[in-house]
Amino acid sequence: MTDVMHNFELYQPASLADAQELLGDHDDAWIIAGGKDSLDWFKHRVKQPSVLVDIAAIPELHGIREEADGGLYIGAMTTLTEVAESDLVNARFPALAMAASKVASPQIRNAGTLGGNVAQDTRCTYYRDGFPCYRAGGNTCYANTPTAMNREHTLFEASRCVAVTPSDTGVALAALGATFHIQGRRRDREVSADEFFIGPDVDIERMTSLEHRDILLGIRVPGTWAGAHQYFEKVADRNAWDFALVNIAMAARMEGGAIAEVSMVCGAVQCTPRRLTDVESLIVGETPGEELETLVKRVASSGAKPLNYNHFKIPLMENLAARAVRSLV
Amino acid sequence: MSKVHVTTTVNGDAVEFLADPRETLLDCLRDHVGLTGTKEGCGTGDCGACSVEMEGVLVCSCLVLGVEANGKRVDTIEGMSDGHDLHPLQRKFIEHAALQCGFCTPGFLVAAKALLARSPDPTEEEVRYWLAGNLCRCTGYDKIVRAVMDAAAEMRQEAA
Ligand SMILES: Cc1cc2nc3c(=O)[nH]c(=O)nc-3n(C[C@H](O)[C@H](O)[C@H](O)COP(=O)(O)OP(=O)(O)OC[C@H]3O[C@@H](n4cnc5c(N)ncnc54)[C@H](O)[C@@H]3O)c2cc1C
Ligand code: FES
Ligand code: FES
Repeated sequence: MTDVMHNFELYQPASLADAQELLGDHDDAWIIAGGKDSLDWFKHRVKQPSVLVDIAAIPELHGIREEADGGLYIGAMTTLTEVAESDLVNARFPALAMAASKVASPQIRNAGTLGGNVAQDTRCTYYRDGFPCYRAGGNTCYANTPTAMNREHTLFEASRCVAVTPSDTGVALAALGATFHIQGRRRDREVSADEFFIGPDVDIERMTSLEHRDILLGIRVPGTWAGAHQYFEKVADRNAWDFALVNIAMAARMEGGAIAEVSMVCGAVQCTPRRLTDVESLIVGETPGEELETLVKRVASSGAKPLNYNHFKIPLMENLAARAVRSLV
Repeated sequence: MSKVHVTTTVNGDAVEFLADPRETLLDCLRDHVGLTGTKEGCGTGDCGACSVEMEGVLVCSCLVLGVEANGKRVDTIEGMSDGHDLHPLQRKFIEHAALQCGFCTPGFLVAAKALLARSPDPTEEEVRYWLAGNLCRCTGYDKIVRAVMDAAAEMRQEAA
């Protein structure tokens, strides 16, 4: 059920300095970029920040820049459509372009931003419906009781909370070794996907290491995988418009028919994008083919701890990993 | 919070209104501008009934704040026909009976128009993928897709 939004004060600063000042002045200030995730929270009256800081008018946050190392710097306010349709992104990082093109609908991609997509909150329905769960500061996980509906939830690394990362682009960015450029209260910092996305063991109330007064300025995709073979695939209940049940992103380089280097990451199976290190170390130096796919399927989901209703994600994950390897043939 | 004075262009006309910051563009169009063609199906970005174009870009007006439209151009379903001359998409929706209750129709028309502007000769798959964010609980979509394909063909002929 949605409602009119609560009362809030809205600021639309035109510079980063003004935005920082506003965040400093208001303890519960909430940044909105495209608002596609935020307004949903407000309409359900689950989150009610008293101050909104709309960062859309800050010029530095927009656009895609080429970098000296062959990589790209993508401003946080760049829309998902701009990412999906950018010639530069398609030429160098097709896995990212593909991931962005698979998010939601044209309407959402046109206004939803890359920064908002990686910083969005989880879609666990209990949490989003306002249940007082661990993530909401309570002391129960409603998605992990004997009768809970948890087909969308975790296979790995649950720690009280079993919610998963919903972001399609986050998975591609993690596979491509992207770093996240953040302006904090005192200084700028740049962190890897491993440090940007955090699990409930690190902080159960946040999905990323962004803190109050942190503004994500942009995402740097290094030249490392530019132009290398890349793969992205997403399985959802509907083939469009829906959140992933499992998605996968891979970047790889071949040498003389064998896999020389590879990076493979799965999404929607744990709270953060999950790097498939077992698969990576198994396939480096090997020749793709049916035999290798069989082995890949054996290790892709090792260690998975399914809940009551999400066992189906295990074969999904195994098959996606095998299909990624097949794309190298 | 006090109301914000918003100046926009809606379907080519200069429009001004006072918006509460928490009102969506959809609320503002319907309640302040008096254009009720744009519908609210879900309010959460799922159904596309509220589709409009802002600065020529297709968006869900239920997830845009009204004040964000300040200084921008907005195009709604009301601007689609040329007076009494229906847009080819509108005519084809009628010919193909691509609607029953009609609640989803304005959103589909606005979204389809945006598709044809960027892709005048879409494949059926492209049409279906593009319209995935527009839900219809009556027609089963086939007639909508056929109407869009047919309108596209007619518009290509006219342009030739
Ligand atoms: C119907 C629907 C379907 C969807 N389907 C998918 C899907 O299939 N795949 C998918 O990945 N996503 C999906 N989403 C989520 C949507 O893509 C994201 O919510 C969107 O990209 C968010 O971008 P935004 O700019 O609108 O974010 P906002 O709502 O503006 O922000 C989201 C969060 O990020 C924070 N934030 C945003 N930008 C910054 C910044 N620069 N610095 C610091 N914090 C920031 C905000 O404070 C907020 O907490 C869907 C959403 C809807 C409504
Ligand atoms: S009312 Fe906006 S998408 Fe349904
Ligand atoms: S015609 Fe009734 S919802 Fe589409």
